[in-house]
Amino acid sequence: MLGSVVSLLAVMLTGFFLFRILPGDPVRTMTQGRAVTVEQLAELRRQFGLDKPLPQQFLDYCLGLLRFDLGTSFQYRAPVAELIAERLWPTVLLVGTGTVIAAMLGLWLGTRAAWRRGSVTDRLSTGVALTLWSVPTFWLGLILIVVFAGGLGGVLPHLFPTGGMASPGVTGFLPGVLDVAHHMVLPVTTMVAVVYAQYLLIMRSSLLDEMGGDYLVTARAKGLRDALVLRRHAVPNALLPTVTLIFLNLGGVVAGAILVEAVFSWPGLGMLFYEALRVPDLPLVQGLFIFFSASVIFMNLLADLVYPLLDPRVRT
Amino acid sequence: MLLRQVPSRRRTPRRLTAVAAIAALVLAAPPAAAGADTAGGSGSTLTVAASQPVDSLSPFLAQRAISTNIHRLIYDFLTNYDAETNEPIPALAESWEASDDQLTWTYTIRDGLEWSDGEPLTADDVAWTFTTMMEDEAAATANGNFVANFEQVTAPDEHTVVIELREPQATMLALDVPILPRHVWEDVDDYAEFNNDDLPIVGSGPFVLTEHRPNQSITLEANENYWRGAPGFERLVFTYYNDQDAMVEALRSGEVSFVPDLTPAQADSLEGNDAVTVNAADGKRFNGFTINPGARTADGDEFGDGHPALQDRVVRQAIMRAIDKDALVETVHGGYAEAAEGYIPARYSDYYWAPEDGDRLDFDPDAANEMLDEAGYERGDDGVRVSPDGDPLTFRMFVHNDRPAFVQTGQFMEEWLADIGIEVEGNYVDPNQITDRLNNGEYDLIFTSWNVNPDPDFVLGIHTCDALPEQPGTMRSDSFFCDERYDELYDQQIQEYDPARRAEIVREMQQILYDEAVVNVLTYPDMLEAYRSDQIADIQVQPEPGGNIWNQDGYWSWWSATPVEAAGGDGGGVPVTAIVGIAAAVLVLGGGIGFLVLRRRSATAEDRE
Repeated sequence: MLGSVVSLLAVMLTGFFLFRILPGDPVRTMTQGRAVTVEQLAELRRQFGLDKPLPQQFLDYCLGLLRFDLGTSFQYRAPVAELIAERLWPTVLLVGTGTVIAAMLGLWLGTRAAWRRGSVTDRLSTGVALTLWSVPTFWLGLILIVVFAGGLGGVLPHLFPTGGMASPGVTGFLPGVLDVAHHMVLPVTTMVAVVYAQYLLIMRSSLLDEMGGDYLVTARAKGLRDALVLRRHAVPNALLPTVTLIFLNLGGVVAGAILVEAVFSWPGLGMLFYEALRVPDLPLVQGLFIFFSASVIFMNLLADLVYPLLDPRVRT
Repeated sequence: MLLRQVPSRRRTPRRLTAVAAIAALVLAAPPAAAGADTAGGSGSTLTVAASQPVDSLSPFLAQRAISTNIHRLIYDFLTNYDAETNEPIPALAESWEASDDQLTWTYTIRDGLEWSDGEPLTADDVAWTFTTMMEDEAAATANGNFVANFEQVTAPDEHTVVIELREPQATMLALDVPILPRHVWEDVDDYAEFNNDDLPIVGSGPFVLTEHRPNQSITLEANENYWRGAPGFERLVFTYYNDQDAMVEALRSGEVSFVPDLTPAQADSLEGNDAVTVNAADGKRFNGFTINPGARTADGDEFGDGHPALQDRVVRQAIMRAIDKDALVETVHGGYAEAAEGYIPARYSDYYWAPEDGDRLDFDPDAANEMLDEAGYERGDDGVRVSPDGDPLTFRMFVHNDRPAFVQTGQFMEEWLADIGIEVEGNYVDPNQITDRLNNGEYDLIFTSWNVNPDPDFVLGIHTCDALPEQPGTMRSDSFFCDERYDELYDQQIQEYDPARRAEIVREMQQILYDEAVVNVLTYPDMLEAYRSDQIADIQVQPEPGGNIWNQDGYWSWWSATPVEAAGGDGGGVPVTAIVGIAAAVLVLGGGIGFLVLRRRSATAEDRE
């Protein structure tokens, strides 16, 4: 608990200096290619607070944090907290859905693979998962777009939208939900395909570790059905490493799957971060950095709290 | 036995379900998806792919091209640029007159103009807009450069605006300042904080902005009462795509009607598509590089670490003679470019300049070698030349790594310069690093590219001594170029009202840039864009012919575009494909899970035996 607070403080302090090292001049980037006078540049610098000396900027930043004020974005001219709140739910929706499906799929296939180790099913599903795991997200996303959205240049019908989260002009609740669901199919598929392998492999190997356990022999000797041995005895014990992974990944959920968001033009936090880095939009970058770190720290804390509930051995 | 058969019998139909679902996914969508998707709501919709985030919808603050383009559509300006010739033409001002000393400009404002909320638009709004920019620093953030030289702006009556200047200013018919409604804006407390987010935005242009979902879409509705006539499409939607290839796929599928900024490869891949028209417009932009002539401040203090040999004009000219611009056009740009001559792209024929035969620095490695030999740059044992002062000619080159054309050009240059005994270390880096390197004078060769406006004043101004930095670190200049004669000509051209004489001065300035070889242009790349000719029947390019659609000076393309009548915009809320697609996905998912559950059940049954 204390550790979490300390890490968060460290993040807040480093967040400021870390991004000041970034090359580039936000004022010059924002006015790229425009006919601006020296006065205009000075005015922008003043509006961005970049005319003050660095210690003063740091002080303002710290005072702002105390008031939960993350500053104002250079390139959107809106409060950083507001921007994060705006982009949070698209990311949670996309990456959350993806992570849940990937975890469920991975756990389930992993269990099967371990239970029938060496069988055709095992080799096939592990092989497929590993292949997909090594595919670049960007590439897979584009292939799905070309095939299912672009229709291979007219060979196939246009089934799914190429990008974005919603079509402009769609009104009403049900049409709205359907529209977003329609936009989600390809990005979620891409995400799941690429990441489910890690759940599969961890579940498979930790279950294999348990398979030799004496308690399983005992369970079988009691006359339990095979399925019950698996479900009641083997899986619960093998679940721990996987739970750690899920929590770690849930912490990363808010950071988004930047590549998926980029290919599918998903208006989430990952894209926001990427765009902010290009300027560099310092308040926005700092705010997102703190926010991402805080989520990971929080999820780790949560994982520590959940362990004892899952595994009595940790309680002592 | 019975146990084994029961599950397998039940398994088959589930498998069939899954197969059927996949079949549905592939086959069931109506082939007429194109066009249907673009029509959200009723009426004709023109969908344009966009990628740059809007920085602000306030014309006082907006810097980015996407924002200023949108302001062109929702606000009117004093003057506009002719669609075909780019000449200034009347807009809000139906006529104008300059005093003999060119210091007092009187504009007559059109009669019967209205804001989109029904209030009258008068000379008072115009005077208020300019005066606010002159008095309030925040209001001058974006366009203060236009009013920096204004003494006073008044509106003696509702049809007359009088602008008094301190010095003559050649850009008085090119004031790219959106005129704002005083009755909406004068109550704003702080213009630095106000983003003009109250929708619909009260404007006076051919469109009204009605919806903005940041980084998702921007929706504009046609202004039916626009004085020049209503736009052809009833709605204009900018939809965001972060990935250029995805954008092209969206054009193929008909989700968007127009895509800007294509790469040569993308343009080629779209050429064969019957439903798509590719427009290769003459470029407004030049690509090139500058050579560090020795960085210094406005006061003459030297800084940075540029190679001393580059202060010798012979070396700079020899570098230019080692570069094959025609090869760059063919290989790097796939033929979609023009080899550069002067600083200003060929598109602007008035200002365009090409060197005379005797002065040309054309591709000729032998001549370049000869020049360097004569000037005493002997080749060392490793083939790299050494300056008379003993410095090997090893230059650091900085190239934007996010522009494929730059990267390829850089690689060619490494090879070509090696042929004349110059070693180049190519650094392919982030654009922000390029800015830092330039500002600190820590480079030898550095890439650059500028979009040139119909009025060349700005791109000429970034190479004056005036643009040098007060102190190292940040500046307006793009090259540390500073030449007395050039500066004299620069001051002359800004005050010259006779277009022909001004063009002559501008051409002379380009000659200086060319001879000094500090600022070197290589190509004028075409602007490659494409639209669905089955959705857009007709669209105006600027200038005509050979012009572009995106990023025009004016609103011509989107105002003039007319829909293809037969295109069956069904106008339904959610397109049919959406429902079919989702249904198919759900079926596949459900079928898959059901199938697996059954497999598991059967497996348990087998185990039990």
